[in-house]
Amino acid sequence: MPGRTLLAKIWDQHVIARISEDTDLLHIDRHLLHDLGGSRGLLDLKSRGLKVHDPELTFATPDHAISTARGRAGTIKIGQELLAALRIETSASGIQMFDIDQPGQGIVHVIGPELGLSLPGCLIVCGDSHTCTHGGLGALAFGIGSSELTHVLATQALIQRRPKSMRVRFEGKIPLGVVAKDLILALIGHVGAAGGTGHAVEYAGSAIRSMPIEGRLTICNLSIEFGAKMGLIAPDETTYEYLRGRPYAPQGEMWEQAVNAWRQLPSDPDAVFDNEAIIDVEKIIPQVTWGISPEHVIGVDGRIPDPSAIGDPARRTAVETALEYMGLQPGAPIAGTPVDWVFIGSCTNSRLSDLRAAAEIAGGRKVAAGVRAWVVPGSETVKREAVAEGLDRLFIDAGFEWREPGCSMCLAANGETVSPGQRSVSTSNRNFIGRQGPQARTHLASPASAAAAAIAGAITDVRAMGR
Amino acid sequence: MPKPFNQLTAIAAPIMRSNIDTDVIIRIERLVGNNIRGTLGKWAFGSLRYLPNGSENPDFILNREPYRQAEILVTGPNFGCGSSREGAVWSLQEMGIRAVIGSGFGDIFFANCFQNGILPIVLDKAIVDSLASEIEATQGAGRIGIDLEAQTISSPSGKQHHFEIDPRRREGLLLGLDEVALTLQRDDEIRAFQAADRSARPWIYLARKSA
Repeated sequence: MPGRTLLAKIWDQHVIARISEDTDLLHIDRHLLHDLGGSRGLLDLKSRGLKVHDPELTFATPDHAISTARGRAGTIKIGQELLAALRIETSASGIQMFDIDQPGQGIVHVIGPELGLSLPGCLIVCGDSHTCTHGGLGALAFGIGSSELTHVLATQALIQRRPKSMRVRFEGKIPLGVVAKDLILALIGHVGAAGGTGHAVEYAGSAIRSMPIEGRLTICNLSIEFGAKMGLIAPDETTYEYLRGRPYAPQGEMWEQAVNAWRQLPSDPDAVFDNEAIIDVEKIIPQVTWGISPEHVIGVDGRIPDPSAIGDPARRTAVETALEYMGLQPGAPIAGTPVDWVFIGSCTNSRLSDLRAAAEIAGGRKVAAGVRAWVVPGSETVKREAVAEGLDRLFIDAGFEWREPGCSMCLAANGETVSPGQRSVSTSNRNFIGRQGPQARTHLASPASAAAAAIAGAITDVRAMGR
Repeated sequence: MPKPFNQLTAIAAPIMRSNIDTDVIIRIERLVGNNIRGTLGKWAFGSLRYLPNGSENPDFILNREPYRQAEILVTGPNFGCGSSREGAVWSLQEMGIRAVIGSGFGDIFFANCFQNGILPIVLDKAIVDSLASEIEATQGAGRIGIDLEAQTISSPSGKQHHFEIDPRRREGLLLGLDEVALTLQRDDEIRAFQAADRSARPWIYLARKSA
């Protein structure tokens, strides 16, 4: 019998019943709710005359539609209503909610790991496609729609077809100035935005093994931009060190019992995957997107593609459409492109290590004239830790705006938008048309690259600004 | 509860650009709120369908006859990638779309379609491209036929193509099954699983919050 993958081991452990040859009824260990869909799901359940099956496995926090302004003064009316509804409905159902200004509040994919709610071998769902983030701890985690959300509230279970398995090995020593964000963008650029569709992607290789958890969370976060709704990384000592002592992680004897079980999870050496890819990380340089799909990405020393040099008509049209939307010149170097906005935040890159990396570039420098730059910490805890290190002062002194935790300008659900036609360098995950606001032009990059763009007033090679 | 789906012969609109994401299908600000159902149809593909001044973009296919009547979309690769927002499917449904045909879809969008009685059909890219060409050659007048029971579609010129579909999904669509109700019938199994799992993985089962 061939070895089993991490995916297969976690999957099999959650099968309540086999529905068909390749489809199972799975137990859900953790269900995370946010303000955009949480109260809607709970109200939907109520209207069907049903109750939450396991409120103690369900957790809520507002992140999408709340303001990130000081004092939350700018929360739009409908955002306030959603927040009020989330409070009422979670309280009525006995669901723990981490409310604004309390430790525990934050972007749902930042707080899960931070609180130790997300654990290796856990099956985690949330009505948000970036739920794959939690895979960085060795969880099987994926985003669901509203109907599936109601299903999980009602049953603590979900019917899923077993995905194909894919392994991506990032091999080699990560060059100086290159971070997790660059690795995963390079993969998407190399294989394409549908490269992982239908698969659960396991990230492996020496570069992953030496990567801290927060970097692994960034890698898994962009699985969905690679087309895969699940991305995961085998747990190891780094994982256990990260989780030990976290509020909802097991303690004492149960901790030992859990770690022993988690040690069995990594894919067996002879496990066979449906697909494999290998990325040589030593060749990767800081990445930046130029178009309207995350696969539209190049190294910061690269040139914007020239559609006239592309033979395939569909691809040529796609590049033309992207360049027209982005207002970019074919063949021009991407570095030097002037920017209006810089956004450092989102479930991709708003953790303490992300803020430290940006601060290392921003410290003692000034945001270029005409650039608006925001730092939005991922959670109340990240915010407090950053403040304790003086990062808020450092950013404010450099001319950044230091804000309250939430999703903010990543998806612009709370009215925080990049103005039409303006250009943003963003540490978020999607450069889609209008993602950061109608006609907003988004370039995705790492936190340090974004900070460098804020200082330079243009897309720039962060390696020239390091110290 | 989804409406049953069996057969459909309808106008189909080719939207062949690759990577049409769910943000493009429906913008987030249309989805903020608990009473959005029934308001979304006119905002589907908003950024393509309307010019910045709010008027219709005459170049966008769904603003042209006969495509305004389309009940089927023929799509480019990776249609529905991105966000899990089920509002993307709701908005298509509210503008009258009942099936989408493409060479591949975003995984979460694909699952959301079935939850709402919309049939997503995956075919080889060459077949999808040929369907789009045939439709364009008839300026949209040529209809696409779909027979879910037989798992076939017919092109405007009458070419038949077989498509694969998960048998469970097929049955769910044909009968308009409510998945929540079906799973609740298995509640004994769910509770038995939890009881056994609680001793195997006690760290999963946190204490119930005192209300």
